[in-house]
Amino acid sequence: MTFPAIPARNSGRRYQSLFQRAWQALWVLPLPVWLLLFFAVPLGLLVAISFWSVVNYRLTPDATLSAWRYVLGLDFLWASFWRSYGLSLSSAVAISLLAFPASYAMAFVATPRQRLILLGFAIAPFFTSYLVRIYSWQVFLAEGGVISSIVQAFGGNGESLLNTYFALFIGHATLALPVVLILQTIALANVDRTEISAAANLGARPGAILFRVILPAARPGLTLGLLFAFLLSYAEFVSAAYLGGGTFQTLPILVTDLVRAGQQWPRAAVVSLLMIASLLVTAFVTVLWAYREKG
Amino acid sequence: MTHSIITSRRRLIKGGLAAAAVLASPTVLRAQGQRELSMLTWAGHADPDVIGAFEEEHNVRIRAKEYVGGDQMLAQIAQSPAGTYDVVLADAEYVVQLQQAGFIEPLAAEDYPFDDFFPEFQNFRGHWFDGEPYAVFLRFGFLGLSHNRAAMSEAEARSYRSMWDSQHEGRIGHFDWHLPNLGALSLLNGNASPFDLDEQHWTELTDTMMSLRPQVRGFYDYGGMLSALRSGEVAAIPGIGDWITGVLARDGADVTTTIPEEGGLQWTESLSIGAGSKNQDLARTFIQYMMSPEGQVKTATLKAYPAMIPTKAGWARLNDEQPGEAQRQNMVLNGPNALDEIRAGRIRLRELPVQQSLETWNDAWTRYKNA
Repeated sequence: MTFPAIPARNSGRRYQSLFQRAWQALWVLPLPVWLLLFFAVPLGLLVAISFWSVVNYRLTPDATLSAWRYVLGLDFLWASFWRSYGLSLSSAVAISLLAFPASYAMAFVATPRQRLILLGFAIAPFFTSYLVRIYSWQVFLAEGGVISSIVQAFGGNGESLLNTYFALFIGHATLALPVVLILQTIALANVDRTEISAAANLGARPGAILFRVILPAARPGLTLGLLFAFLLSYAEFVSAAYLGGGTFQTLPILVTDLVRAGQQWPRAAVVSLLMIASLLVTAFVTVLWAYREKG
Repeated sequence: MTHSIITSRRRLIKGGLAAAAVLASPTVLRAQGQRELSMLTWAGHADPDVIGAFEEEHNVRIRAKEYVGGDQMLAQIAQSPAGTYDVVLADAEYVVQLQQAGFIEPLAAEDYPFDDFFPEFQNFRGHWFDGEPYAVFLRFGFLGLSHNRAAMSEAEARSYRSMWDSQHEGRIGHFDWHLPNLGALSLLNGNASPFDLDEQHWTELTDTMMSLRPQVRGFYDYGGMLSALRSGEVAAIPGIGDWITGVLARDGADVTTTIPEEGGLQWTESLSIGAGSKNQDLARTFIQYMMSPEGQVKTATLKAYPAMIPTKAGWARLNDEQPGEAQRQNMVLNGPNALDEIRAGRIRLRELPVQQSLETWNDAWTRYKNA
């Protein structure tokens, strides 16, 4: 070998940078794989199925628009769509408002240690199956159940609360409230304390501090909480079926109805795609708004 | 004695092992020759109380695939290779579809106790094709207006019309399936063949249904109906019957099913042998067991949902062994019984729609729910 030897230090550095790249690649690689596996492939399949047909109760690959024509031609489709959308939006707003005082207390009143414990309590419901939690609400809400018995004891008529919007809302809150609590608390806890102190030192009243300092600063996190509450409520089937019970027909119920009646998976896929599209638009608009620069 | 076993761990382990060996050995020996019988069935039929004795006697393990609703049953069987299911339990109205799609085998009439059937159930509609049976009528029940007595009296339940009363506003429940609901309302509209409707009568029927919508509390599955009727959250549910109220009545709830003046429907469940089954002999033996007086009494008193039975021998045995249940289900031998309702022409078979497609009925139901 007559070539001048590469200085050892240099080769070591190159080796090191190669190793570093490999190391990084190792961490980056799963991302596209997971995205492909859990997002792109299922979505692609859903799109494909929406063009398939059902022959003798069997899903058959095809290229037909009949499922799209059928679903878009349903006269009650948009009524159901707006009902679902409106119900979950009002649930999301109500859940956010309900969660806010608690999140505020955890962020500003509790010590960090207490906050951890309280957040732990907020997460605890996830240890139980959601289905079980919804079923146990039936015991509370049914006629002769816990709530109606209490109302009766105070002289009310104690009617069943099942199949009311209240019951549906309870279901949505069971699902979304813990998530919203956590998101809001993190958002509020990360608000720069010096800004708050500065506002207080300049003589701002607590109300003004809340509305003009804390809320604008925590806006992205608070909006994300609202968005998550909406997403979870919008796609929710269990409480719509078991607590709202048909008085409030939502799109997830329509999806199951379409599958149950004649195994119309393509039609169900179309409804799901409509839901996904409306969710994406909503999420996009909300996130834009949340991270908008102050004008 | 017990004390000493517990205190000496070694002895406990030794004793336990010995006991386990003794208990396990016949099972192990028996398991070697054990066969499997697969069954596609409505939920609840694979109850050990019903099939346990058969499994024991024939050293068979029954593997049940349960479905909810005829559409799901057809989809299940269409998506599986031929021979997947040895026994198929289906609603009678779906037997025609099973037969036409070639999903079930023809049966030999002489293998089953058709002669012991009450005459009403012999040559049952939709079960015989070119003189050959494809399904054996296993059990049946009537559908009318099921109601919580505290909320709706029997006198009121004598007409489906009572569901429109202002006092029952928001108190009418529905079983979430179009066929029995539309059938019951079709009877109310005075259609002699409730499922065979021309365009005009079909439009009238959907109008009748839509006018009931403001009274509706909710749409329920099996479990939902049980709790809603028991608690009185709903006063009445049309198009269901003793298969729900019988379960509740057994538990002492004050609910019952009345067959209104406008008439009631009959649901029917039948057993068939799946096309291409490799265990046809065993499937036949199983159906014979279910049609024997023993099997008939067991299926009549099924925990999930009771039913009436078509064989005279089954009635006799039920009256013998469980006179109370025979009385409750209106299957008494000496005196007026459920068969009188059929003979008086008050009962129509539940069928698939004749002039419209199943899809049209489905759509009408979905539209109703979303109204």
